[in-house]
Amino acid sequence: MGIQGWTFLIVGLTFALYIGIAYLSRAGTTGDFYIAGGKVSPLANGMATAADWMSAASFISMAGLISFMGRDGSVYLMGWTGGYVLLALLLAPYLRKFGKFTVPDFVGDRYYSRTARLVAVVCAVFISFTYVAGQMRGVGIVFSRFLEVDITTGVIIGMIIVFFYAVLGGMKGITYTQVAQYCVLIFAYLVPAIFISILMTGNVIPQIGFGGTLADGSGEYLLDRLDGLSTEMGFDPYTDGSKSTIDVFFITAALMVGTAGLPHVIVRFFTVPKVKDARISAGYALLFIALLYTTAPAVAGFARANLLETVDNAPYAEVPEWFTSWEDTGLIEFNDIDGDGNINYTPDESTNELVIDPDIMVLANPEIAQLPNWVIGLVAAGGLAAALSTAAGLLLVISTAVARDLIRRTFVPDITQQRELLFARVAAGGAVIVAGYFGINPPGFVAQTVAFAFGLAAASFFPAILLGIFSNRMNKEGAISGMIAGIVFTAAYIIYFAFMFPELNNSENWLFGISPEGIGTLGMVINLVTALIISRFTKAPPLEIREMVERIRVPRDLEKDSETGEN
Amino acid sequence: MKTKAQQYWRQNLIYLAILLAIWFVVSFGAGILFVDWLDQFRLGGFKLGFWFAQQGSIYVFVVLIFVYVYLMNRLDKKFDFDEV
Repeated sequence: MGIQGWTFLIVGLTFALYIGIAYLSRAGTTGDFYIAGGKVSPLANGMATAADWMSAASFISMAGLISFMGRDGSVYLMGWTGGYVLLALLLAPYLRKFGKFTVPDFVGDRYYSRTARLVAVVCAVFISFTYVAGQMRGVGIVFSRFLEVDITTGVIIGMIIVFFYAVLGGMKGITYTQVAQYCVLIFAYLVPAIFISILMTGNVIPQIGFGGTLADGSGEYLLDRLDGLSTEMGFDPYTDGSKSTIDVFFITAALMVGTAGLPHVIVRFFTVPKVKDARISAGYALLFIALLYTTAPAVAGFARANLLETVDNAPYAEVPEWFTSWEDTGLIEFNDIDGDGNINYTPDESTNELVIDPDIMVLANPEIAQLPNWVIGLVAAGGLAAALSTAAGLLLVISTAVARDLIRRTFVPDITQQRELLFARVAAGGAVIVAGYFGINPPGFVAQTVAFAFGLAAASFFPAILLGIFSNRMNKEGAISGMIAGIVFTAAYIIYFAFMFPELNNSENWLFGISPEGIGTLGMVINLVTALIISRFTKAPPLEIREMVERIRVPRDLEKDSETGEN
Repeated sequence: MKTKAQQYWRQNLIYLAILLAIWFVVSFGAGILFVDWLDQFRLGGFKLGFWFAQQGSIYVFVVLIFVYVYLMNRLDKKFDFDEV
């Protein structure tokens, strides 16, 4: 069977599986729809969180980006995993004990304020929409590359699938499809990685092969060869960084804190039965994520070494077959400037003859390793699983924010559960359509908006929730002014450099040398400082709020304990 | 005399301080601030700083969460806060 046949078969089978699961786990109540009835096992929640978290960007683009960034790629690796330590230790158990349905729920209740809730709703919806547009685009791209349908058709097929299980099943449907999607995506990621590791280093485990010697009999370490090839061709050594230390520090911190503040990740910890389940499921989630995140840099290194060896002053007529087949898709472009018939790949733009799309590092792996056709189909199914699972989690946040936080908690408090559920479904459907629209007509600034989403999550939610748990004295005045200060500062900085004056976007003009990707860290600090100062000069929160904080700090309420308390 | 809940919370904060200090040292310390210095040492084919930045820090993150789970479950039992 050919590549097309295998791809249709495997993608078709996985889609049938998702729809089957969604049908079996339909939501009957708003509790089912928002938090899967709070009955998800910690292991299942760990897998669902991992699939929720790992998007089309993690699956398709990350390894490629790292292979072009070298050591600087660690900002993504550490930034997108280290946040789970913050989440597990500082947020998840307490939010689970709080026991409501959404992040704006917590912010609104803890800060006894409709304004705080509205600020949280706006942030949650904005962050989720910026993120989901990229996912739908990812679905379209996978379809168009592997199945030769156009991007629009691909996005519409993706919309129908997500519509089916997000609208029908809500959180319950999403959770169990995400478990299946995790299995598909991790299998699809590891199989080619393992084969390419064997091919290049003779080691079955990519994480070890990455630091091993080459299988070509030279006995040289892979990374040494990579450094050597890079310098020889005029690039920086692979294992050296070129970003400034302060920028790497701030970007990593912004991605970590942003991860811990993303509503679609936080809400997953509302779905487990107990506080201790929330803790352990964060551990499972990071374990499952780490499986991909420690493989990705290895794939990046293998792919880079392979690429450099293939093209290093090679005659164009002798390039391997995968090279020409990816040229057809436009992901590799060769332009023989000096007309000598050899490929000249250098960092100097005026003489460089080769342009490579980073995405190819994952997509072309099976062909480079000469794996059977079914593996290529598997990679397509894995990319779709990553994009669809993340899209569904984000859409749920949007629909919950509209139905629960806006309609029920803000405008129509006496709404019946059935009507609320209907509103949630309509909102989910509406969100799918809006996301699909942006997937088909992507705004030209998708890359910048992701920095935006993380920066805002870091500068708004993370400090507000953290202070809500760890500071008894934090009041609504402090929290609201902190969130607004953090958001305004971060948004202004990003808008200034990314949208208004992109020509000024370089390290000479940046504040303290911090790029827009890393500015969320400073936004978070501004939020914290503002909140702490303002709260000292305004009224302490009411007694029942301080009691609520005491309650969420312990996993189980002890009635007599509060009577002997001395506050 | 502190209440049970206050003692529990205090111990929790001590655990958090220790675990987050390790979290900071392996990522921001070994992976970013001291990465060039650590690169003079090697771990097989890896320069040590590079290994922390792209591999080691992530392994430590995973271990930290499981250690936290173990410590907190033990603490819950000790203070009788464990859920039925």
